Amino acid sequence: MPAPTFSAQVLQTLAGALLLISFAMLAERRSRHLVTLLIWQGAVLVTSTLLVAATAHLPHLFFSAVLTLVLKVGVLPWILLRLMRRLGIERDNEPLVNVPTLMLVGLGLVIFAFGLAQPVTALATTVIRQTLGIALAVILLALLMILARRKAFTQVIGFLALENGLFFAAPTTTYGMPMVVELGIALDVLVGVFIFGVFFFHIREQFDSLDLHHLESLKED
Amino acid sequence: MEIALVVGFPLVGAALLALTGAQRRAPELNVAISLATLLAVAALVVRVIRDGPISAFDEQFFIDPFNVFLVALTALVGFTTAVFSRPYMRIEAAHGRLTERRLRLYHSMYQLFMAAMLVALTTNNLGFLWVAMEAATLSTVLLVSLYRTRASIEAAWKYFILCGVGIALALFGTILLYVAAEGQLGGNGMSALLWTHLDAAKGQLEPTVIGLAFVFLLVGYGTKVGLAPLHNWLPDAHAEGPTPVSAVLSGLLLNVALYAVLRCKIIADGALHSDLPGRMLMGFGLLSVVWATFFLWRQRDIKRLFAYSSIEHMGIMTFAFGMGGPVASFAGLLHMTVHSLTKSAIFFAAGHAAQTAGTQRMDGIRGLLATHPSVGWGLMLGTLAILGMPPFGVFTSEYLVLTTAMRDHPWATPILLVSLAVAFAAIFGRVQPMVFGETQAPALPHPPSLLPVFVHLGLVLALGISIPAALSEWYRLAAHLFVR
Repeated sequence: MPAPTFSAQVLQTLAGALLLISFAMLAERRSRHLVTLLIWQGAVLVTSTLLVAATAHLPHLFFSAVLTLVLKVGVLPWILLRLMRRLGIERDNEPLVNVPTLMLVGLGLVIFAFGLAQPVTALATTVIRQTLGIALAVILLALLMILARRKAFTQVIGFLALENGLFFAAPTTTYGMPMVVELGIALDVLVGVFIFGVFFFHIREQFDSLDLHHLESLKED
Repeated sequence: MEIALVVGFPLVGAALLALTGAQRRAPELNVAISLATLLAVAALVVRVIRDGPISAFDEQFFIDPFNVFLVALTALVGFTTAVFSRPYMRIEAAHGRLTERRLRLYHSMYQLFMAAMLVALTTNNLGFLWVAMEAATLSTVLLVSLYRTRASIEAAWKYFILCGVGIALALFGTILLYVAAEGQLGGNGMSALLWTHLDAAKGQLEPTVIGLAFVFLLVGYGTKVGLAPLHNWLPDAHAEGPTPVSAVLSGLLLNVALYAVLRCKIIADGALHSDLPGRMLMGFGLLSVVWATFFLWRQRDIKRLFAYSSIEHMGIMTFAFGMGGPVASFAGLLHMTVHSLTKSAIFFAAGHAAQTAGTQRMDGIRGLLATHPSVGWGLMLGTLAILGMPPFGVFTSEYLVLTTAMRDHPWATPILLVSLAVAFAAIFGRVQPMVFGETQAPALPHPPSLLPVFVHLGLVLALGISIPAALSEWYRLAAHLFVR
């Protein structure tokens, strides 16, 4: 295999940064800091999309990068921060048990993701495709975060981190989905977050808290 | 142009109902829009029968034998559910469970949901298919929590998170599919996401990538089909949402999700040169059948009972498509049709039964024949139909599935037969005392609309006796897609 070009090396560094942020989110207790980490993830996404757009000379990826910038660094964090203020949960701490175990499971997931992506990356015609394993790892770590958290708000952040993994996979493995499709996906994500916001208020109105322990009365029987 | 009308009517209707919805005539407007959609679909079907498959808007939308009958079914059940929901939601409002504003949300989201499903069925672009499936989830989440009770909010949250995660995995699968296809079909432009183009080139696609993509697509869309063990959202969402929503979720959304899985399976089959996708479908299908029959015994709530029955029937269909071959696929397609009609009819009757008794708990519902004979008969006949009694259409499709299983996969036959027998005992044993027996329950404030129930059951009966030539030709051609 020829030595990777400079831009490919930068891209792989960015992919590594994305993975690190995912681990940081897994262990973060403060909701406010989770939103900050989410913004960082968005920023990495924008940079990597711009980099692919510049090196591959694909103008439609510039639009995609702008879309990501507006959505992931601008609108979504703004909505989340506003919701936090209105719900008064800015200083909320979420007790996390067993962070070391969580980290170990996370490491296992990363190895699993790389193994799963191995046959695909082995065929890679571009250096870019080798980031697929990292994208998959980010997705699995976000899933782990959703499972490990007991608060509605942090589950939603996990959900958005999962979508960040997808937004990273699309431009770096395929040079981006067609524009119309990306617009549709972005619209769905945005509407989804609005509905989540509505839900926070409904949940709090009914249960006086955003703790999902209360939401466990419907059992399989 | 018919496709534009089919998708356009519910979209415009959703906007119209959102803007003017608080008026007293909103239920009638909802029925009228659904009728307009149904008429547009009828025009579309006439054209397909005359001219054969069509594609529109630069190949972004298409109608082939596989989706034409599902489009017709969706529009029909959408219309009858709107007819049913008119008196049903009035009664709910009279019982004080809903306000005007919630009704407005309900009507608007109902039409948006129909539009999303029709787009998902008619689009040729796998990216749009994903967007439409997600839109269908988003529009129903707020419908499930319409009553704003603790249980309904919990059900909606579960639905939202589980299906949201599921559908995100499906997007990853779609991206992988695109990775595999752009090398063959050219990355620049839409061609690499068009199903017809993928289908034509499926032999040359990279098998390892497609295999990985199919796993994600199956798990992702499979969550929405309600396949065990990813079915957790389904009983809660069906039981806690308003009954018309349970009817369209069970009768339509599950079908559309299965349709998405099957479109992906056709491509994966062609690329993989192995039986893997079929085996995976058979495994998930059989697991769902067995799992659901076990849980059927433990249900106390009438809508949860029939929600588990939906999981069981989606399992039977998935198993049938997993076996593949012309006969089993034909049976699967027929089962999609008759299950959708029967299950929505049952939910209509069960909804009114619960309203009469004032509870969804089955031990509180008694003597339906005495108070509302039409509700009682609707529930009884619907139950007999869904349990696979001849001469209803469910019998035909289940018979075909079982005989194919006996021939090709004999080991699965006893599992299926025992499950069907157990499900029969569980459901019939519960429904019988609800229909017969004594009661002092008062009559409903508005006369219930049971016409949709008997129209559906009549159609299922007719399909059990003989399948119209055009329909069986579509089934045959669509089943041909599944033959590798």
